[in-house]
Amino acid sequence: MPTTAFLTDSTVCIGCKACEVACKAWNEVPQDGYVWTGLSYDNTKALGHSTWRHVKFVEHEAVPGRGGHAAGQPTWSFSSDVCKHCEHAGCLDACPTGSIVRTEFGGVFVQPDICNGCGYCVVACPFGVIDRRPDDGRAFKCTFCYDRQKAGLTPACAQVCPTESIVFGDMADLRREASRRLDGLAARGVTDAVLYDAHEGSVGGTHALFIVRGDPVAYNLPPKPDVPSVYLRRAWRSAFVTAASLIGAALIAFAAQSHAH
Amino acid sequence: MPGLGTSFGRGGATTAQEDLANSDAILIMGSSMAENHPVGFRWVMKARERGATIIHVDPRFSRTSAMADVWTPIRAGSDIVFLGALVGYVVERQLDFREYVVHYTNAATIIREDFQDTEDLGGLFSGWDAEHHQYSPETWFYEGAPENGTPAGHSRAGGGHGKDRGGEAADLSQFERDPTLQHPRCVYQLLRRHFARYTPELVEETCGVPRDIFLKIAHAFTSASGPERTAAICYAVGWTQHSKGVQIIRTAAILQLLLGNIGRPGGGILALRGHASIQGSTDIPTLYDIMPGYLPMPFFEADSHRFADYVATHRSKTGWWANFDAYIVSLLKAWYGEAATRENDWGFDWLPRVTGDHSHQGYWLEMADGGLEGLFVMGQNPAVGAPNARLERRALAKLKWLVVRDMVETETASFWLDSPEVARGELDPATVGTEVFLFPAAGHAEKAGTFTNTQRLLQWREKAVEPPGDCTSETAFVYQLGRRLKARAAADPRPRNQGLNALTWDYPTEGENGEPDPEAILQEINGWTVADRVLVKDYKALADDGSTACGCWIYSGVFPKTGENKARGRHPRGRYGHGWGFAWPSDRRIMYNRASARPDGRPWSERKKLVWWDERAHEWIGYDAPDFTTSKAPDYRPPEGAEGDAALPGDAPFIMHPDGVGWIWVSSGLKDGPLPTHYEALESPLGNALYPAHAVNPAADRMERADNEYAASPDPRYPYVLTTYRLTEHHTAGGMTRTLPHLAELQPALFCELSTELADELGVNPGSWVTITSPRGAIEARALPTSRIRPITAGGRTIHQVALPYQFGHRGLVCGDTVNDLLAMSEEPNVRIMETKALVCNVTPGRRSREWA
Repeated sequence: MPTTAFLTDSTVCIGCKACEVACKAWNEVPQDGYVWTGLSYDNTKALGHSTWRHVKFVEHEAVPGRGGHAAGQPTWSFSSDVCKHCEHAGCLDACPTGSIVRTEFGGVFVQPDICNGCGYCVVACPFGVIDRRPDDGRAFKCTFCYDRQKAGLTPACAQVCPTESIVFGDMADLRREASRRLDGLAARGVTDAVLYDAHEGSVGGTHALFIVRGDPVAYNLPPKPDVPSVYLRRAWRSAFVTAASLIGAALIAFAAQSHAH
Repeated sequence: MPGLGTSFGRGGATTAQEDLANSDAILIMGSSMAENHPVGFRWVMKARERGATIIHVDPRFSRTSAMADVWTPIRAGSDIVFLGALVGYVVERQLDFREYVVHYTNAATIIREDFQDTEDLGGLFSGWDAEHHQYSPETWFYEGAPENGTPAGHSRAGGGHGKDRGGEAADLSQFERDPTLQHPRCVYQLLRRHFARYTPELVEETCGVPRDIFLKIAHAFTSASGPERTAAICYAVGWTQHSKGVQIIRTAAILQLLLGNIGRPGGGILALRGHASIQGSTDIPTLYDIMPGYLPMPFFEADSHRFADYVATHRSKTGWWANFDAYIVSLLKAWYGEAATRENDWGFDWLPRVTGDHSHQGYWLEMADGGLEGLFVMGQNPAVGAPNARLERRALAKLKWLVVRDMVETETASFWLDSPEVARGELDPATVGTEVFLFPAAGHAEKAGTFTNTQRLLQWREKAVEPPGDCTSETAFVYQLGRRLKARAAADPRPRNQGLNALTWDYPTEGENGEPDPEAILQEINGWTVADRVLVKDYKALADDGSTACGCWIYSGVFPKTGENKARGRHPRGRYGHGWGFAWPSDRRIMYNRASARPDGRPWSERKKLVWWDERAHEWIGYDAPDFTTSKAPDYRPPEGAEGDAALPGDAPFIMHPDGVGWIWVSSGLKDGPLPTHYEALESPLGNALYPAHAVNPAADRMERADNEYAASPDPRYPYVLTTYRLTEHHTAGGMTRTLPHLAELQPALFCELSTELADELGVNPGSWVTITSPRGAIEARALPTSRIRPITAGGRTIHQVALPYQFGHRGLVCGDTVNDLLAMSEEPNVRIMETKALVCNVTPGRRSREWA
């Protein structure tokens, strides 16, 4: 089974939000509030229990004569965020019930019928993706359209994207496509575009790559995402040392006291 | 679309969205294509990837500007100055594609000596009749062309859509030309003089576009044109919905003809249609002044008493419209079947006559004055989507009955119950006398049929699921209504019912609701021979002797034989996807493509080859279906006295026109001039810098009355420019999106985009309420200050523009005030469209008063 992934290219994203809608429609995700935020054109705010694709709007000063795609500071860029489906997934590590599993496509999948709503996964996600629904407390996120992939179909978001901003496919192919796109952008003078491919940190790579202009942090993509469980050994060691010291101290105290008697 | 129709011959986009990928530059103006045509925009992104320069000219920095290489803000309503200056730039620097211009346009044609320009008369062309408020076009004619009296379309009541078929049917078999373009009265020289004052300085002064930015755009666009390169223009209702919209489009057409960008790959003008099948709704029209295939409706006063007169008025001696009689006779045979005979003029007398302005706004004012009894509303939500929506809603209360067919109870259907007028106490549900019938409509996935979209492409839609409950298609509703009307008429022998009795109205139906078979209808549209009902191969098989029937000649060929519904084709092949759907006419994806080859038939360049003359096979071949008689050699010269297509030489690519060339100059067919000229919007903060005595289009109709008042220009009460637009997230008047949770949450409230400078000046914080007023009404919205809206410096001062999406109303999951309450009803003279893209308003902090809105 090939390992699949998303490549999301912000430089051709037109901010139409078709990915958000297709995701919700296919996966029967409920609306999560009719709240006008006044934050550019973004009224769904962030990824969450009921927003599994989210288009972020990053706005800078508009300058007459310059289009948003011109070299230099992009004026208004859009990027569709999604679960990164980490190779070493914090949510999966943290899940005590076995609800979160890795699929044959390399994605990370939450089984809603097993999730007990403990919420450990929420704090364990380095990207702030997975989230609990307030009504029954269960955790939800992008399924990587596991059902569609099973049937040989492209995930809904990539299927509807009109400008091929979201591309779905084999990881190796997507890396090649990403470098082709970056070369093309550079040839046109857009030299600030970068590939966000978090394979160096402890997440050990992700199944969601991004092309963005400028600092990825502006698009909610952390510079060095870490899985909390990499600190487990150190945490346990510290705990052991602490416990040992306490026990040692207690023994010494007892010993000293009994010696005094 | 007479702008394109008169310029090129057919009122449709000259190209297909897919072909934008072959462009070297794309100018998007009067459109936010990325937001309103996101699927087609993929081809703009392909072009950009291949190195094309994307230019967006728009009052707002929109999601389209975000994708562009160059964006400039522009003062709303000043488009003709900007485009005219591009024309001036080309002409003054002699950047025109000279060989194309001389051979393929009427630049060399000499105009009558008694013509006078707006530059001579201070803002009017010769022929203005101040008393009747209209032009008489004789002085605009070609030198040597005979005068046949005032053409029909120029009458006061005459509509403009008939001219989508390419100007009036003038006799242009004789005229004089100067191929050196030096004659002082040749079109090229008249054009040069007309646009001489349209300079980069005027652009800076009037449009508020800095000179250097204009020059940057002019250079980018013109340097992407020529034998080796092509540039395209995309526009939408941001050009159409002005009091001079047709002339804005004309200016673009002139520019593209000068640069040789029509009929060539990567060139063209793409008229982006507002939503599904809008192109289809003019091809097989929902308009009052044309019949299918752009055949004009008969007008009571002008051409309609005898069939022979009607044909004589509209048939042209030379060019493709010499076949006019075959198309109208075949249409009448499709409608009236056996009852249509030569003796009764094929039932011509049964057609209703146009007696006045029966456009949306014309009849709505009649309704407001109590002159209309009943109304059907289908696929429309005028209580939100129409101009001066307040007037429109109040007018509904004057009806005896109103039928609304929709998927939800729209604001139009519920005007009597919960409209703002009810809230204000202007209408009382207990006393509104209008009986409202709300019928449930099937959604697009619940019915089969065709869409004809932007690129004139007919695409078949399969029914995915059965409509629930009593929901039916429009086809079923209209068909069954027709059956009932016919049944009543059959029992009533009055002469007025003759037409209804004669009407053929039998289609096979299926299901409980009696849904007609849409393929049977498409076959009638394609046409057949009357004797044996064998489908015709295309419109060339249609005859004027009653032996053929055809419901819409331009669509002929979509169903060339039984079992071959080309609209249903799903196997694209080649560069333009032939085999997927069917593009009218004759599956030509790029119209006028004879112009992609030199006069001698060879391609202009290898890079831009499309169709060419194959010397050995002695025919036109290429990547697209040639828009030309395939056996007509490039060196063909018509014999003396030839008529029709045979009268056009082998190097005349615009075959609909009587002279076979693209019209830089429109001698007849437009009601507001042979050339575009700048006028201000009907409401503007500035006077007309070019013609102080004629601020606005003299032929436009303000429809001014107590419930449709105007601001003065300028008006201290309304200091800001207002423009309206649509968001990707909502569909037109919102009836299909504000009711759906997944769409409603994306844009859940009405907001007002304004510059941060204006917000500071007004003391408005982001997200707080503002009230926007015009002489027609007041609405409230949340403030969205942004640098994407820039204050403009024009007319020597700072002008603030504000922008509102017009898609909210008082019903649905998300509600908001109706922006169209602010707009005036008005009519552009050719197509009678209202001005929505440039008007004036005031903005004040805080919410509107509850009483007055």
